[in-house]
Formats: sequence, structure tokens, C-alpha cells
Amino acid sequence: MPADALSRVFSALADPTRRDMVARLAVGDATVNELAEPYDVSVQAVSKHLRVLQDAGLVSRTRVAQRRPVHLEAEVFDLMTKWIERYRRQAEERYRRLDDVLRTMPEELPARPDHNPAPPDPSDPPPRGTSR
Amino acid sequence: MTTTSTHETEIVADPRVPLVRIVREFDAPRAKVFRAHTDPELIVKWLGPRDLTMRIDHYDCRTGGSYRYLHSRNDEEYGFHGCFHEVRPDEVIVQTFTFEGYPDSVALERLVLEDIGNGRTRLTATSLVDSFESRDAFLASGMETGINEGYERLDELLGA
Repeated sequence: MPADALSRVFSALADPTRRDMVARLAVGDATVNELAEPYDVSVQAVSKHLRVLQDAGLVSRTRVAQRRPVHLEAEVFDLMTKWIERYRRQAEERYRRLDDVLRTMPEELPARPDHNPAPPDPSDPPPRGTSR
Repeated sequence: MTTTSTHETEIVADPRVPLVRIVREFDAPRAKVFRAHTDPELIVKWLGPRDLTMRIDHYDCRTGGSYRYLHSRNDEEYGFHGCFHEVRPDEVIVQTFTFEGYPDSVALERLVLEDIGNGRTRLTATSLVDSFESRDAFLASGMETGINEGYERLDELLGA
């Protein structure tokens, strides 16, 4: 199922350690031991993270002589980040239009009751926000 | 801490529940930001995508109220509707959201406005949908390539 595949990529990238691993693999292939080095976790824990990334299609492992370096499937990663970035950019464009609207709005609504200098009735209990 | 006038939109896609959260700060007090979300004449100026024309059928933003609007381009028209579950002036808008192309799907949206001082406001908009598939479709919506093409490409890349 394509949607499940997409969800797997999303959740794989939701973990900060895995995101960090992906960022390092973007520089170049690395072995499990090399990837485990900077973290305060076991090689097994790193392997577990790698399996999640691998299941999501984000990384692959090939046998090169005695080593099995981890390789980032950059295209899959790019597609994901593009989707999210595009969505973010659309939201940002929308909110820039809202910025413009806010700038052109008058400072205060002149007729708002809370700006009325003389309160209509001192015994009137609700001070704010109960009716509009 | 420094305050700059522009804060780019932040997006969070939660891995555990199918939601998308957007955080953005504005150089305007809460009352203004709230009004720009409730006054139909102001909403049409910013809510719709740039390349589509937005027309509001009705927009009754109060607890128990409802809304419907349409985005159109040439002869294509996309309708959206929902109801307002809780509206507290300058603070909170809780509403549902349905794209009429998928009438059985509904998102629950919550908009929270916080006063962050100096006449500025932080907006947090959360959309909760009923499945990760819907969430991902939501994230991918409006893409140039379109959702199906996007999935097809992903399929290809993942070798499915």
C-alpha cells in the first residue's frame, strides 16, 4: 500500500536519532559501527534504528568486500522532505497574506464595548468576552 | 532571546497520532488575528491558495455555527465545510473540516492564539484526521504533482 509506505517513511524520520543517522548518511555511506560511534547506545540499538530506516526504504545495505555499508536512498528522502517542505511553504505563503491583512486592519474596532469610556451599567456583571 | 519580525511557519507531523501541527507568530495582537479568522471579508483575502478563487457560502464563526466555502479555478470547484464546536474570542477556535470530494472524511482542527508580548501573537493550528493515510494525503495536498502521482513516484522509488 503506497499510503502505508509513506507513513513508514514519516514515522522512520520522526525519531531524532534516526534523523541524525540520515543526516550523516547524506554525507556518505557508513558501517553500523561507524554510525554507532557518536551515540551513547549499543550497536544493537543502532541496528534496530537502521532496520526501521531500511523497512521504510530510506536506506539500503550492500556487501562490499567484508563491509556492509549503509547507503542512503537519497531520492526517497528528498521526495519526503519536498512534500513536507512544500506544505510548509504553502502555509507560510498563506500566513504572509494574513500578515498583509493584519497590517491593513484598523488598530481597534471603534464600537467595541470595552472601549466605551462610560460603562453602561455598573451592576452589569460580565466584564469580558461572554457575548459577541 | 531576540525577537525578529518574521518567524517562518513550522510544521510538525506527529508519528504517533495522525496530526499536523503548524506554528506561526504574527506582529499583531490576538484580537486582530482572531478577527482575521472570523470575518468572512478578511478570510477571503488570505485563506485560499493563490491560484484559486475563494468564495464564501457562509461563515458563522461562533460556538454551534458552521461554514462552507469554495475554491475555484476555471470550471473546477472544490467545496469545504464544517462546524464550529467551540469559539472563544481571541483565544480558541475548535472546528471540523471536510473536503466535499471526500464527504465521509473529517478533520478536527484546533486553533489556539497566545499573547507573546509586545503586541505579538503565536498561532498554533492542529489538524487531527482519522488515519495516517488521510494525514499524509493532507500533507501532500496541493502539490504540483498531485497526490496520486506522488504516490506513484514513491511506489517506484520504494520498488513496490
